[in-house]
Amino acid sequence: MTGRRLAAPAGHGIDRSRPLAFTFDGRSCEGFAGDTLASALIANGVHVVARSPLRSRPRGVFAAGVEEPNAFVELSAPVFRPIVPATGVPLVDGLVAMPRPGVGRLPPGDTGAPAARHRHAHVETLVIGAGVAGLRAAFEAAQAGDRVMLVDERSWTGGTATSGDEVDGEPALGWIATTSGALASASEVTVLTDATALGVYDDGYIVVYERSTPIERVHHVRAGRVVLASGAHERPIAFARNDLPGVMLASAALLFADRFGVLAGERAVVFSTNHAGHEAATALTAKGLEIATIVDPGEGGKATDAARAVGIDVRTACAVVAADGDQGVRSVTIAGPGGATETFDADLVLVSGGWNPTAQLWRGIGGGLRWDDDRTCFVPDAPNARPGGPSGGRGPSWLTVVGAAAGEVPSSVPYWYTPADDLSEHFVDLQRDSTVADVLDAVGHELRSTEHVKRATYIGTAIDQGRTSGALTTAIVNQAWGEGPGAQGPTNSRPPYTPVPYSVLAGVDRGPVLLDPIRTTPMHDLHVERGAVFENVGQWKRPWYFPEGVEPLHSAVERECLAVRRAAGVMDASTLGKIELVGPDAATFLDRLYTNRMSTLAVGSIRYGLMLGLDGMVFDDGVAMRLAEDRFLITTTTGGAAKVMDHVEEWLQTEWPDLRVYATSVTEQWATIAVNGPKAREVLTAAGTDIGLDAAAFPFMTWREGEVASMPARVARVSFSGELAYEINVAGHHGTAMWEAVLAAGAPLGLTPYGTESMHVLRAEKGFVIVGQDTDGTVTPHDLGMSWIVRKDDSDFIGKRSLRRPDTVRPDRKQLVGLLPVDPDRWLPEGSQVVSPEHADTAPPVPMLGHVTSSYRSPELGRTFALAMVTAGRERIGGHVVAPTLDGPIEAEVTAPVFYDQDGARRDG
Amino acid sequence: MLLIPCPWCGPRDEIEFRYGGQAHIAYPSDPESLSDEEWADYLFMRDNPRGWWSERWMHTAGCRRWFNLTRNTATNEIGASYRVGEEPPPEGSAR
Repeated sequence: MTGRRLAAPAGHGIDRSRPLAFTFDGRSCEGFAGDTLASALIANGVHVVARSPLRSRPRGVFAAGVEEPNAFVELSAPVFRPIVPATGVPLVDGLVAMPRPGVGRLPPGDTGAPAARHRHAHVETLVIGAGVAGLRAAFEAAQAGDRVMLVDERSWTGGTATSGDEVDGEPALGWIATTSGALASASEVTVLTDATALGVYDDGYIVVYERSTPIERVHHVRAGRVVLASGAHERPIAFARNDLPGVMLASAALLFADRFGVLAGERAVVFSTNHAGHEAATALTAKGLEIATIVDPGEGGKATDAARAVGIDVRTACAVVAADGDQGVRSVTIAGPGGATETFDADLVLVSGGWNPTAQLWRGIGGGLRWDDDRTCFVPDAPNARPGGPSGGRGPSWLTVVGAAAGEVPSSVPYWYTPADDLSEHFVDLQRDSTVADVLDAVGHELRSTEHVKRATYIGTAIDQGRTSGALTTAIVNQAWGEGPGAQGPTNSRPPYTPVPYSVLAGVDRGPVLLDPIRTTPMHDLHVERGAVFENVGQWKRPWYFPEGVEPLHSAVERECLAVRRAAGVMDASTLGKIELVGPDAATFLDRLYTNRMSTLAVGSIRYGLMLGLDGMVFDDGVAMRLAEDRFLITTTTGGAAKVMDHVEEWLQTEWPDLRVYATSVTEQWATIAVNGPKAREVLTAAGTDIGLDAAAFPFMTWREGEVASMPARVARVSFSGELAYEINVAGHHGTAMWEAVLAAGAPLGLTPYGTESMHVLRAEKGFVIVGQDTDGTVTPHDLGMSWIVRKDDSDFIGKRSLRRPDTVRPDRKQLVGLLPVDPDRWLPEGSQVVSPEHADTAPPVPMLGHVTSSYRSPELGRTFALAMVTAGRERIGGHVVAPTLDGPIEAEVTAPVFYDQDGARRDG
Repeated sequence: MLLIPCPWCGPRDEIEFRYGGQAHIAYPSDPESLSDEEWADYLFMRDNPRGWWSERWMHTAGCRRWFNLTRNTATNEIGASYRVGEEPPPEGSAR
C-alpha cells in the first residue's frame, strides 16, 4: 500500500491553494486545508499508522470516519488529545501527532487546553447528521418556520456523498452546496460541524460536543423534535490477515479519492457483498485505481454488469481467503465455489460486507432494533420505519429516524467471514485484536448472549465502541448457534457516542471554588492569621486545632482541653445550622418535630431536643430557643442543616399545610462565639456586658439579649463541654469584632481558642453524642440511653410509632456505652469492631458485638477512653470487650458513657 | 434529562428538582392505632408499576415547593403536574 495525492483538480473537499505543514511521528509532512489527518497521512505515503495494542501488528487507516478501529494518534498540537482516530482530526497547520495504539496517556500537570464553554440552546428541531437526509430534514423544518440546529461530527456538510451520487436527479454535491448555503443564510438555523451529538436524553435533551477552536463548546440543547440522520457504517468481512495495512472499507477508499484526491494504493482486490461496493470500485477505476478483480460471494446484479461494462473483472460466488504481506498487503488470495484458489498482486483489499444503520443514539434513549432480511442488517424499530419485528422499545414520540439510519441502505449478501481451518488471523475487532477464533471459543464455552461474548472477548469495548465489529460478532454468534441472523441483536450502546475528555464536560466548573462551594464563617480570616489547622465539616471549613508554633495535634488538644476545664476556651460555633420558625402554630409543629415537648418552653428558655426519622432513628439534634410566643430558633448539626430544613419544609407542605408556620434558614445571619470554662463569666465581664451573668439571674438553658463589648448580642447558656458556658450570638458582620473583643478581654484570664478536635474530646468526656458520628441512621434514642428525652404522653411525634416496632424493641440492639482500655495508654481506633474477650484469640469468623464510634486521649482523665455501640451494651457494663486491631487486641472495660462530672456540677461555674 | 413542569414555575430541567417517591401516601391520622404490619406497610412498602403512576417532586433550586407528577415509568413520558391537595388527573393525560 503506497498512497499518493492525485493531480488537480481531484479532491473537491481540499483547497490546494492552502498547503499545511504537520508532523507525524517526528516526520515532516504536508497536506491541504480540508484534509483530515488520515487523508493527509495516506497522501504522504504513511501506511503503518500504529501497531495493534495486544499483538503489535502493523495497522493502517481502515475507515474514513468515527468507526476507525486502527489509526489512533496522540495530538500534542494544536491541542493535547491523548488518543483520537486520525480520521476524526481536521488537519491544521502545525499539527503534531504520534502513533498511540490501545490506551491514551495523560501527561502530568495541566495540558494547557482552555476550558470548554457550556451553552444552552432551545430549538423546535434538532437534526443529528448533515448528510443528504439530514440536510433535507433541516431544510424542511426551516421552511416550516422552526428554529433549527443541525449538527455533524465531520468538518463538512454532505456526509459521505461523492461526486457520482445524485439527489432528486441532480448531482449530489451541487444539491448539498445549494442546500447548505440556504441553511447557512437562514436566520433561525444553526449549522455546527465538528460537532458530535454525544447522547440523546429524555424530553429532547441532547448534549453536543463542538470541537471549535480555540475554545471548545458543549451545547445543551432542548429540542421539541429530534431528527436522527446519522447514516450507516459499512461493515467488514473477516478473512485471513484482514488487518494488514491496505485492507480498507470500500466506501472509505472512495471518499478519500473523491473528497481529498488521495488514492490509498495502486491495485486493489474488491471484496463486496452489495452494489455499493461494486459502484465504489467502478468509481475508483475512473480515478486511476487499478481493480484486479471484484470478488462477490453472491450472484451479482446490475452493479456487477456496470463494473464489467467498464472492463472490471468480477468473480461471483467467490471470496477472499487471505491477504499477505509484511508491512502491508502485497498479494490477495481468493477462492471459487469448487475451492480453487487464485492469487493476485495487489496492495489494497477494499471490503464492503454490507451496511449497518448507525443506531447508537437511537438505542441510548431506549429504541429497539429489528432484523431486516432484505437489507441484511438491524434497523431501528421506529414508528416511522416499517412496522413489525419482535424487539422492544419503540423510542420516544419526539424522535424521528430518517435516511440510512432508518434502514435505507443497500441490500447485501449475508456473508460474515471466509471459512478456514485456522481462524486466529480472521480479525473481528481490530482495536482489541480479537478474531473469529476468539468468538467461536466463547461460544464453545456455552456463551450465548452477545453481551456475554462481548465481556469474554472484549470485542466492542475499545474506544471505537465496536462500530466495525459489533454486527460481525452478532452474526457469527447467531450462526454458531445455528440460528438465523436476526435471532439476537448486537450489544447495547450507551452515551457518549464518541469519547469526550472529562475536562470538556467539566468546562469551567473546576478547581476548589467551582467544584463544590467552600463555606467559611465570618471569623475565618482571623483563624487563618492565627495559624489554625482546618478540617472539612460538610462544606464548611472549621478550625480543627490552633497550634502554637509547630505544635503537633495531640499537644495542642491537650493544651486546649485543659484550658477549657481549668480556665476558659473560646470556639467558633457559627457553623451550627440555625432555622427560625415563626407563626401561631410554631409550638405545635415543634412538638411533632421533636421527641420532647417544646410548646411548654417559656419565652427566654432553651431546650435540647432530638429529631427522629419516620423510622424512629435519630435524625438530628440541637436546641430550641423560644424567642417569643410565636417564634423559635432551632439549631442543627453543622452537616445536617440542609436536611433538617428539607425535613421541616416537607412536613409543613405535604402533611400539615394547615399549620401556620414559616421556616427560614438563618445560619449565615449569625456568628456564634462559644466561651466555655470556669472563668467564662469573668471573660464576659471583662469584655463588658449589660446582661446580668450570675447563675440565678441567668440560669442554665436560658438566653438573654443585651450588649457585649458594645455590640448587640443574644447570649445563650448552653454547654457542649459540660463547663459553664456562654454562647454569644451576634449579627454575622459583627463576628470578627466580637471574636477579637472576647479574645482581648479573656487573654489575661487564660482564654484559649480551641478547635473541633478539643470540642470532640470535651463532649465525649461528658458522654454527649454527635449525630452522624456516634449514630449512623440505625440508632434510636433508647439505644443511646436517652429514653428521658422521649415523652410518654399520648401526643404524636415523627417516628414515635416506629419506637414500638418489634425490631426497635429488641433487647439485643446495639447500645451506647463507654469503653476504658485496660492499658490507659492504648487508644482504640474509631471504627474498630469489638468482640467478647473469650474470642480474643479465636480465628475469624467470630461474633461481632459492636464498634467504636468515638475514641480520644483525655488530658483531664489522663488516659484514653471511647464511646461505642455494643450489642446489649448496658448489660455488659462492668465487663470487658476486646477490639482486635492490626497492632494486636486491645482489651477494654465497658462503662457508662459519662466519664467526667457525672452529676453535672460544673455547668454553673 | 427530564423536562419537569413545576406547577408554580413552569417547565424546568430535572437537575433543579429533588425526587420524593410515590405520591398519595398520607401520614396516618392515628399511627398509634395501627398494627405493626399496618405501620410497616405505610413506612416501607411502595408500588413499583411499569407504566403510569403519581410521584412527588420538590423544586429545590426554584420555588422549593413540593408537588405531584404523573409519569410513565416505562417510557419516562411525563403526564401532568399538580399541586399538593389537588386530585390526580386521569391516567396519562397531557400536561
